[in-house]
This record gives sequence, C-alpha cells and structure tokens, in this order.
Amino acid sequence: MQAAPSPGAIRALKVVLFMLCLLPLGRLALETFGMAGLSLGANPVEELLHRLGKWGLNFLLITLAVTPLCRLSRWNWLIRFRRMLGLFAFFYVSMHFLVYAGLDQRFGVTAILEDIAERPYITLGVTALVLLLPLALTSTNAMMRRLGRRWRQLHRLVYPITILAVWHFYWQVKLDTLEPTIYAAILAALLGFRLVDWRRRRGQNKAAGPRSSHDRIAHPRRAL
Amino acid sequence: MKSFDKIRSWEITSESNYLNRRQFLRGLALAAGAGAAAAALPGRSLAATPELQTVPGPYSTDEAPNSWEDITTYNNFYEFGTDKEDPYRNAQEFRTRPWTVKVSGECGKPGRYDYDDILRPHALEDRVYRHRCVEAWSMVVPWVGFPLGDLLRRFEPNADAKYVAFKTLFDPEQMPGQRRAILRWPYEEGLTMAEAMHPLTLMAVGVYGKELPNQNGAPLRLVIPWKYGFKGIKSIVEIEFTQSQPRTSWNLSAPNEYGFYANVNPAVDHPRWSQARERRIGAGLFAEKQPTLPFNGYAGEVAALYAGLDLRKNY
Repeated sequence: MQAAPSPGAIRALKVVLFMLCLLPLGRLALETFGMAGLSLGANPVEELLHRLGKWGLNFLLITLAVTPLCRLSRWNWLIRFRRMLGLFAFFYVSMHFLVYAGLDQRFGVTAILEDIAERPYITLGVTALVLLLPLALTSTNAMMRRLGRRWRQLHRLVYPITILAVWHFYWQVKLDTLEPTIYAAILAALLGFRLVDWRRRRGQNKAAGPRSSHDRIAHPRRAL
Repeated sequence: MKSFDKIRSWEITSESNYLNRRQFLRGLALAAGAGAAAAALPGRSLAATPELQTVPGPYSTDEAPNSWEDITTYNNFYEFGTDKEDPYRNAQEFRTRPWTVKVSGECGKPGRYDYDDILRPHALEDRVYRHRCVEAWSMVVPWVGFPLGDLLRRFEPNADAKYVAFKTLFDPEQMPGQRRAILRWPYEEGLTMAEAMHPLTLMAVGVYGKELPNQNGAPLRLVIPWKYGFKGIKSIVEIEFTQSQPRTSWNLSAPNEYGFYANVNPAVDHPRWSQARERRIGAGLFAEKQPTLPFNGYAGEVAALYAGLDLRKNY
C-alpha cells in the first residue's frame, strides 16, 4: 500500500473538495438572482427543481463511487472524503425537496400529501429522502462509535436510496428516458462492482477461515 | 409548384411603421428587458425577425402576452431535441423555404401546394391565445395566422372526410431529434372535421407580428387553444382528409397518458401529475400556480363540440 497523504494534506484537500461541492449551488444562486449574465430561463421553478434534484443524484452516485475507487486505486485514504460527499448528497436532495414543497407547492400540506399518495414518482422520491435522513443524522464520529456494527448495517440503506432516486428520475421524465437510463447504468456498475467484490472476498474468506475477522478490523470502513 | 410572390409583406411595411402599432407596444416593452439577456444566444431577436402584415383577429384574450424570449426559448419541439432550449439552439439553420404541403385523401383538390399558394388568399390575423402544455405550464401567445377551416375549404373536402390528419417534416439531417426514435417519426396529429373547421383553430405562420421562428414550428403550425399544446403540430408538410380517426404520435407512444382529443381538462389528471393547476411562464420564482380552466377557458366556444362525449374516457 502506498503512503497516505499527511493529516494536514487531507485537511487541505477536504477544504478544496468542500468548495468544489458548493460550486453547483453557487452557480444556481447566480442564475436565481440573474447575476453574471446567467438566468434560470423561462420556467425558473422547474429549472431550480430539476437542477437540484440532478445534483442530489450526482452526489449520491459520486458517494457510491468512492469505495470502488479506493479498491481499484488502492488509495484507501480516499474513504476520508466519503462522508462529506454523502452529506452534500443529502444537502442537494433536501434543497430539491424544499424547492418542491416551498416554491412549487407553496407549502400546501394537503397538496403535498396528495402528491405523495397519488404520484408514484413523488412517493419514490420522498421515500428516498426519508431514508436519507437517518444516514445524515448518524454521520458523526460519535454516532459511528455508538452504533458500532449497526452503523454499517444502517448505512447500507444508501443502496436502496440511490435505486429509489434513479427510479424517481426515470418515472418523472415525460418520454425521453436516455438520461435516467445513463444514471441507472452507472448505478448498476457501482452496485455490480460491490457484488463482484463481495463474492470474491467471500471466496477468499472461506479459504482463509479465521482471517475474516482480522480483515474486517484492518479495514473497518470498506464495506460501503 | 407555383412561383413565389415577388414582394414579401415585410418589404411593404417598414420596420418603423410596424413598431408604431399600438397593440404590440406592450409586448415590445416586455421583450426589451429579455432581449438584453438573450443577446449572447444564437436566436433571432424580435427586431431582427421579418415582419408580417396583419389585421386584428377575433377571440384574443386581454391577458398579458409572454415575452418574445419566453415564447422563443422555451419550446417542446422534439424534432430539435427534448430539452426546452434545444429547439432554440438547434433550429436556427432549419430551411423553411421552399416549403411544400402535400394535400391528399377525401377532397376535391388534392395536390402539392407551395407555402405562398397556401397563404395568398388569407388575411393574416393577430390572435392572442392562451397556450396550455400537457406538462402543466402555460403561456399567452400573440399568434399570427388564419382560420384552418378557411384553408381546408379550399381543398374541397367531400362527405367522407370525417377527420383531417397532419404530418411534420421528416428530415433527420436538419432535425437532430429525429436521429433517435424518441417518438415515432414523422410526428403525426389529427382533428375531427368539426374541430378543424372551428373558427378558433388557427394555421399559424407568425408570432408577435413576425414570421414564426423555426423553433416555434415554422413555417406552418396548428394552434388549437382549447387542447394541450402537443396537438399543435409544427412544420406541417402533409394534410390528409380521412374517413377514420388518424393515429397521433403521443397517443402511439403512451396511449394511457395521451388521448386523441387531448382537450384541456382540470378534472382529468395525467396519470403522473395533476392537471388541476398550471404554472404561468414568466410569472416568476415566487408566483402561485393558477387554476386550469375546462377547455383552457374556451368552453363557451367549443364545449358543444363534445356534447354527449365522456371526456374521462375520451381524454
């Protein structure tokens, strides 16, 4: 294994990554307020809604890409950025929901509940958001320690969440399913990697027997 | 094919004369602000688009029309791409002259008609209509056109003509959206003869007193203001009078979501979203949606066409 960057370097990289993750929000803010010659176009509510949703989805997939990247590159320190990426996914998904609830539905509780009950793609999206909530709340070091093994089990929810999110996108488009299909293909690749990896390791563990517990301690976070 | 007119209407009416026309001053003021933002984009501005000689037409709404920019940059015209700005980006080089329409089926005068032959006998009217998209947004559009019925009568439909079918140009070379089978190309639409002959139904050739921009369906498109926008077929190259109900593109692609009639109806939801309310384009980020009206507010004019028809089944 190569040497990991120093703690200082990791911290600096985290700051850079944080700024990068804010770029989509910054651009949307400029467009919303019509600055730098940018605008949200003729239907600003829809544009804001779709762009925030897309970024929520992008960040979910980026978060799911961290583990495969670690395994393929053997840069295990990449895992240190995963929490921030996951929290940005939660942030953009929450903003997406707030624009829907606030700007599109004007916080009309009845209308929102009706939508959730009657429109399957909204049911899927809201389910994904509700499932994402406990993951965001248990993302602190203290919660990780407190939950122990169960933390990892809980955070496996990210798989159904991302599947629901892509499905939500797929059902929302009127006709042209090219883009959601691309998202689904990327998700399938990310999940497929885990399946292959898991089966390979199970094979190794069977052969090595007692090494499995040692393996888990050495790489406590790599399950996701 | 017959020859072109020697003098085009915009050569007769000077730009300054046109700009003085009172009915468009309000629209121009709206467009002026938007024009600055659109300067960097490839489409033609309002001022640079050739103008048409028009007379005021009936049925116009008093509601404020949407800006030129809204009307010409937010379009569903899948032949040029499925994003709302795609038609604006991809249709600028589209060739609309020469343009020929093939007329066939149950009529006395089938044949191939040149664009100018089609327009020649008709006075072009300004008609400000509400436009309601099936996606639950709406606009107010100052169309230029003439009653479709006046055109169809010239082809002398016979007693067997119960419907009239339309087709859009199929030309993947010019229409990049047609390179993928999103819809079954060419786009097809149809109306009952009663709908087609109704005086509200417009063959549109312009907007804001100007020639129709390519992204809005140049050079000839239908406007049926009490129906969802997808019934308003664009860049028409074929008209056929038929005995039986013609197939229509959206109905072929999703029959449970899009019917033949597609009348605006707040009581019948799209399977995936509500049709009870609509977002008026241009109203801004914080505007409330407005209630959708039966037949898009034209019930007084057209509801009688559907007497006895179950509008839930015939959506």
